[in-house]
Amino acid sequence: MAAELNEKAQILDPAGIQRAVTRIAHEIVERNNGTDELVLIGLRSRGVDLARRIAKELKMIGGADIPVGTLDVTLYRDDLGKVGPQPVVRKTEIPFSINEKRVVLVDDVLYTGRTIRAAMDGLIDLGRPRLIQLAVLVDRGHRELPIRADYVGKNVPTSHQEQVQVLLTEEDGLDRVLVLKEQEKVR
Amino acid sequence: MSLARKDLLGMRELTAEDIRLILDTAESMKEVAGRDIKKVPALRGKTLINLFYEPSTRTRTSFEIAGKWLSADVINVSTPSSSVAKGESLKDTGLTLQAMHPDIVVLRHPTSGAAELLARQLSAAVINAGDGAHEHPTQALLDLFTIREKKGRLEGLKAAIVGDIAHSRVARSNIHGMQKMGMEVRVAGPRTMLPCFIDRLGVEAFTDLERAIADVDVIMMLRLQLERQQAGLFPSIREYSRLFGLSVERLKAARSDVLIMHPGPINRGVEISPEVADGPYSLILNQVENGVAVRMALLYLLAGGGQAG
Repeated sequence: MAAELNEKAQILDPAGIQRAVTRIAHEIVERNNGTDELVLIGLRSRGVDLARRIAKELKMIGGADIPVGTLDVTLYRDDLGKVGPQPVVRKTEIPFSINEKRVVLVDDVLYTGRTIRAAMDGLIDLGRPRLIQLAVLVDRGHRELPIRADYVGKNVPTSHQEQVQVLLTEEDGLDRVLVLKEQEKVR
Repeated sequence: MSLARKDLLGMRELTAEDIRLILDTAESMKEVAGRDIKKVPALRGKTLINLFYEPSTRTRTSFEIAGKWLSADVINVSTPSSSVAKGESLKDTGLTLQAMHPDIVVLRHPTSGAAELLARQLSAAVINAGDGAHEHPTQALLDLFTIREKKGRLEGLKAAIVGDIAHSRVARSNIHGMQKMGMEVRVAGPRTMLPCFIDRLGVEAFTDLERAIADVDVIMMLRLQLERQQAGLFPSIREYSRLFGLSVERLKAARSDVLIMHPGPINRGVEISPEVADGPYSLILNQVENGVAVRMALLYLLAGGGQAG
């Protein structure tokens, strides 16, 4: 991390994350009239953890096991040729057909929308879903593409200088969502 | 993490960490190869030139497919139909290609060091696809990938490389690569085909096939370069085959779960019997399949952004 970041505020605690996941699961069931033909695709890496949590809630609601896949969008990024550290390509693991399925993409933070654009291109290369919906834990605004989320855990107005950091037990050992602010350089 | 280099000229220059990054990236690429629509946009707008001064089926095709699946534009130049047939030097061919701004040039050449010479001329990434008896790094990488895929690890495994070691770039690249990944390597062949001072590479040399293959995890057979028979390195093909050909009978000396590899093209019935080549432990076609994934990984790592240009 190049710039120094200061913790500004905690916007979700463990219980808040849990409530958001539960609500998103209920909204998914309501919007799709159940869980038939539903699949969840998480974006590496925290989107996958969230997708698994949503699937667990969906099982408690409807009783069915909802398939969860993992999508790595590195090969579809629009900034690959730009100067910067080269992103590591990780594995896409979707061991089921997405043809004619109701696909819910799951990511932790929605920001410019470019990752979701890449993810949709990636999905279309794997098949022809009946529809694609988007679930995110945090929507922080500042879209650069005409993309919106169908399910949002929390809307958080931010500035470009801020960073939203999602910490999940599976990756980070604890559940928390923080907004970090870039520290002003003192000379 | 990225490969901090412009070119891939040999296994000797890579670190264990570089090799691990290439193999891990190749695993992700293999998923793309298994799709119905085998195309990702990672190298859109990049140009790959395959420049081959020697015949090749698998290596050239493999690079071409790898480039196309990553959406690069791929151009094949083979020498009989190019200005090389009119006597153009490698240097001038290189400068000519440079003027067309390729991003990657893949070179196969009969002279050791040719890839390095070209790499110094070009701003494009140069990948050595075999230079004389020197190195063939992408073959070694796909071999390591295949072994790791089957065994789950590389460290601590033992491999025997059998055949004309002295003239084999595949052997040289594999020795470097396997040792860097913590494998133990031994070589076997007629004394005339074992290089002097081979022990300086830290490998044990055998002139007896059965002793060499006992107790190893991997047997790598090399193609007998039949064109070398005139050089008098061995009395007859039949004798070579009897002493160093891998047959079902000879294989009894090896462990029952041994992996059998061959970089191809194979001489059926010479260095490897058809029963062994087509047998259950043969990985010859896995090697070819994995070659595409490994080359996709390299193309991405050398030209897929990050570095300027």
